[in-house]
Amino acid sequence: METLSSLLPPLLKGARVTAELALASTVLGAVMAFAAGIGKLSRFWPARVLSILYVEIFRGTSLLVQMFWLYYALPLLGVSLGATFAGILALGLNIGAYGAEVVRGAILAVPRGQYEASVALNFSRRYTLWNVVLPQAVVEMMPPFGNLVVQNLKDTALVSLITLSDLTFRAQSLRNFTLETVPIYSLTLVLYFAMALVLMFGMRWLERSLARRVGVAAARARS
Amino acid sequence: MMFGIHWDLSSNWAFAVSIIPILLRGMIITIEATALGFLVALVLGLVFALLRAVPLRIIAWPTAFVIEFLRDTPLLVQLYFLYFVLPNYGLVLPAFLTGALALGVQYSAYTSEVYRAGLEAVPRGQWEASLALNMPAWLTYRDVVVPQAVPRVIPALGNYLVSMLKDTPILSAVTVLEMLNLATIIGDRTFRYLVPLSMVGGLFLVLTLFSSWLVRVIERRLPHDGIPLR
Repeated sequence: METLSSLLPPLLKGARVTAELALASTVLGAVMAFAAGIGKLSRFWPARVLSILYVEIFRGTSLLVQMFWLYYALPLLGVSLGATFAGILALGLNIGAYGAEVVRGAILAVPRGQYEASVALNFSRRYTLWNVVLPQAVVEMMPPFGNLVVQNLKDTALVSLITLSDLTFRAQSLRNFTLETVPIYSLTLVLYFAMALVLMFGMRWLERSLARRVGVAAARARS
Repeated sequence: MMFGIHWDLSSNWAFAVSIIPILLRGMIITIEATALGFLVALVLGLVFALLRAVPLRIIAWPTAFVIEFLRDTPLLVQLYFLYFVLPNYGLVLPAFLTGALALGVQYSAYTSEVYRAGLEAVPRGQWEASLALNMPAWLTYRDVVVPQAVPRVIPALGNYLVSMLKDTPILSAVTVLEMLNLATIIGDRTFRYLVPLSMVGGLFLVLTLFSSWLVRVIERRLPHDGIPLR
């Protein structure tokens, strides 16, 4: 118990950094997911090519390689990002590429009749996208997004390898310091698990409230 | 110099070409770790799936908890846990084996879900028909259920294989000399990170594109109505 009470404060400090990184990269990831997901379906071919390249490159290479590239290789091209920014950028761009596929899939899953009705009502393409298609698609995106958000939280552990003092980094330095290996890592795992649970319940709540707002829950129950 | 291979710093291109043999050695380790880890994930995942399906709650619930816990905690921390904690209990494994084990343990949580979904996707009527035909349980599994579950399970397993491949650079954190680790060592010694790290990115792209293509080819060749096990 005594070791626990001495280990917990430094680990919680790290958990705070982890939570902030997860939050920042999730926001960036969401923006990228919508941009690239919608971009892939664009009529404008440069937008399509750009989105496809982005998604393929970030899904096709390893996250840690991307992070090292942004942190160690990019400064040699004259762009120095700093560890925090490089970490957030790598995490956000990576999870955004996975999210883009979710966004694209959900948009394509909106029934054809919705598009036809919008044409019949003489809605512009932009109006159709924002006011008819996306509100319905967003609800469908939430369950896979929930998985991605937890995935992203787990991925934040990698920033410890580019010197950021997140939860994993703190655990490592505590271990070097105290050699209390088992309690340190057990506690670290439990803290990650707790954060993941919070995220999962948060995303479920978000899904329900979005569904209520959009009113597709009833439609889905009928189909 | 590494593995007796010298690098040529005269130009970026010459440098890139000269370190290819070094990185290819790392690629072999990457592939070996993926293969071994996947084997662990396939077997351990099956054990988890079976334990979870046991009608006794005292077994099924803790198993479900363990699966959830493994799935929601970072691979890197699980790896450190195994790497630093196992020796405390007298189990000293080389870094490579610990790494492959950690990969396998994390992904067993995913594969167990794949197995479960695959079994549940077999229509109830198939079970009922086997019962009506008075087939013993093991024959029902061997001749009816598993052959139908396999084609549904393979694509999902394939995706996890590709995703596991992309997780192998994490093993560099415990000194495994896979591609990324070799590239950073080359960078440390030459102060040139751009070329080796970009090449590792390119090599990963080639590996994942190739393995995803392979998974798709296998997927297409699977008979949809099931494969006979005999």
